[in-house]
Amino acid sequence: MTTTAAIDAVGLVKSFGQLRAVDGIDLEVRQGEIFGVLGPNGAGKTTMLKMLATLLPIDAGQARVFGVDVAKEPHRIRQLVGVTGQYASVDEDLTATENLWLFGKLQGLRSADARAAAKQLLGQFGLEDAANKPISQFSGGMRRRLDLAASLITRPPLIFLDEPTTGLDPRTRGQMWETIRGLVAGGSTVLLTTQYLDEADQLAGRIAVIDHGRKVAEGTPDELKTSVGNSTLQLHLAPDTDQELARQIVRKVAGADPVLTPESGRMNVPLDTADRAADILIGFRQAGVSIISVSVAKPTLDEVFLALTGHGAEDEAGLEDDNDPDLATSDETADEALEVQ
Amino acid sequence: MSTITVEPLLPDEVVDPAAVVARTRPRNSPAETISQTLAMAWRALKKMRRNPEQFFDVTIQPLLFTAMFAYIFGGAISGDVHNYLPLLIPGIVAQTVLTTCMASGVQLREDLDKGVFDRFKVLPIARIAPLAGPVVADVVRYLIAASLTFLTGLLIGYRPGGGVLGVLGAIALSIFIGWSLAWIFTFIGTIARNARSVQGISMLILFPLTFLSNAFVPVKTLPAGLADFVKINPVSILVTATRDLANNGTITSEVGWTLVAGLVVIAIFAPLSVLSYRRHI
Repeated sequence: MTTTAAIDAVGLVKSFGQLRAVDGIDLEVRQGEIFGVLGPNGAGKTTMLKMLATLLPIDAGQARVFGVDVAKEPHRIRQLVGVTGQYASVDEDLTATENLWLFGKLQGLRSADARAAAKQLLGQFGLEDAANKPISQFSGGMRRRLDLAASLITRPPLIFLDEPTTGLDPRTRGQMWETIRGLVAGGSTVLLTTQYLDEADQLAGRIAVIDHGRKVAEGTPDELKTSVGNSTLQLHLAPDTDQELARQIVRKVAGADPVLTPESGRMNVPLDTADRAADILIGFRQAGVSIISVSVAKPTLDEVFLALTGHGAEDEAGLEDDNDPDLATSDETADEALEVQ
Repeated sequence: MSTITVEPLLPDEVVDPAAVVARTRPRNSPAETISQTLAMAWRALKKMRRNPEQFFDVTIQPLLFTAMFAYIFGGAISGDVHNYLPLLIPGIVAQTVLTTCMASGVQLREDLDKGVFDRFKVLPIARIAPLAGPVVADVVRYLIAASLTFLTGLLIGYRPGGGVLGVLGAIALSIFIGWSLAWIFTFIGTIARNARSVQGISMLILFPLTFLSNAFVPVKTLPAGLADFVKINPVSILVTATRDLANNGTITSEVGWTLVAGLVVIAIFAPLSVLSYRRHI
């Protein structure tokens, strides 16, 4: 028996005036996976998510969520998905418990059931101490957790997370990742957007890279990273080193062309595996090349983008605003602007 | 690949997508719509309690305007304050209720920009619920406004000829009118760019309507052209209906017309508001 895909989208298009924010994207998300949508600001990630969540009409193409047509049956889709945005969509004037109770009640839970679900979720998200505090006293991380809890009150089988950790400190970020893994372990499917390769790498089973409203690559994190080299060796050579000699050693040992800045003596070497770094260092020691510092860095989103699209992952939202003044008033720009915060 | 097994977040229940899909309903039933509207009204009442300044207009205005107008205009218009009160009090009730409606529109506009409305949009709820909830909750404000105006009147010597029942009838009528007219301002709230413009547009409508009416002066003192307008002004009909109930305890045709007008306003502006709110999404 084949299971229905959690999301099956073909040729999705959304235009704002002249700008095609989403320009023919196909997407297939399997049940029970974490699917990452990676891209810079203004790439169309949020717009795509909004179309799938019935928040924006689909201009062209078709999307199904667990076999239900998004455009034809939005009311049923809303019973299947939970959405957590980049900003907390909870009521500032209510307490955490009151917020969750209200969302439960609105979705047809009985008052007592809504209260019980609220209590359970607040416990699960470590918010029980803040249950009766107004949201205005919450920290950024607490708001995000409450926001996610609010999306889960009726246990939707598909959860959209729009940049769930943007702006969070590393510790809170790690907690959020644990939570997301827990959701999938509980049978849900997660579609998350992110600007961080690292995050997609940690969480997602498969990733689609989006740029200018188009899908430029899709695959497992490993497949994507292999396309740009797995990591970069960053070397700082001692001042009186023979830089040409160092370059030759790198070529011979690693088979790769290093990027050298002669003035500062800095040298970057793309590596297919991190083991090569040791080979290069041994080669340096044997030839008497002396170094001040050494580090191995993972490829950044910028490098992935450079490799995939030929341009960096710079913030493109500003450019698009200039092209289309209408966009400045649309929801999209407001949201994309928030991503930067 | 991670080798650590992850515990399910909510261990007691594992989501079965096929079962959830089978449970989904194609649309809301009327009972669900009402239940969602009441949940939204609960939210609006909570917010009122947490922001008591929202009650300033419905408390200060009846107290201040009733006393002020009575003592300033009473002698000039009706010979003395006591004779002016039966004319003035129903007028102030109508005016207060109208300005209270306007506040509903302003507050809705402020509310629409808040993050929580993004969540309301993705929930499977009736599109009228987020709009109707505050309107229902505002009944409390009309009740306070109308009752306080009559109370202030009683304190400074107003003796309504319609008795307790007449006054209660007048209060009930004002609440109904406030509740129905609120839909006009709800609609303005959904089309205006921001809360300030809601206020501006609403004032532009309300100010002439309340003052070019029989709310504060007898129509016979007005010049002919103006008198014609005042007679057909719906606010005048509302004021006359309130006077008939409070001062005479009679249910006149004006009362009937006021009720009809209220229903017509709801029939036109409730669907318009929902359409305009949908466009926001």
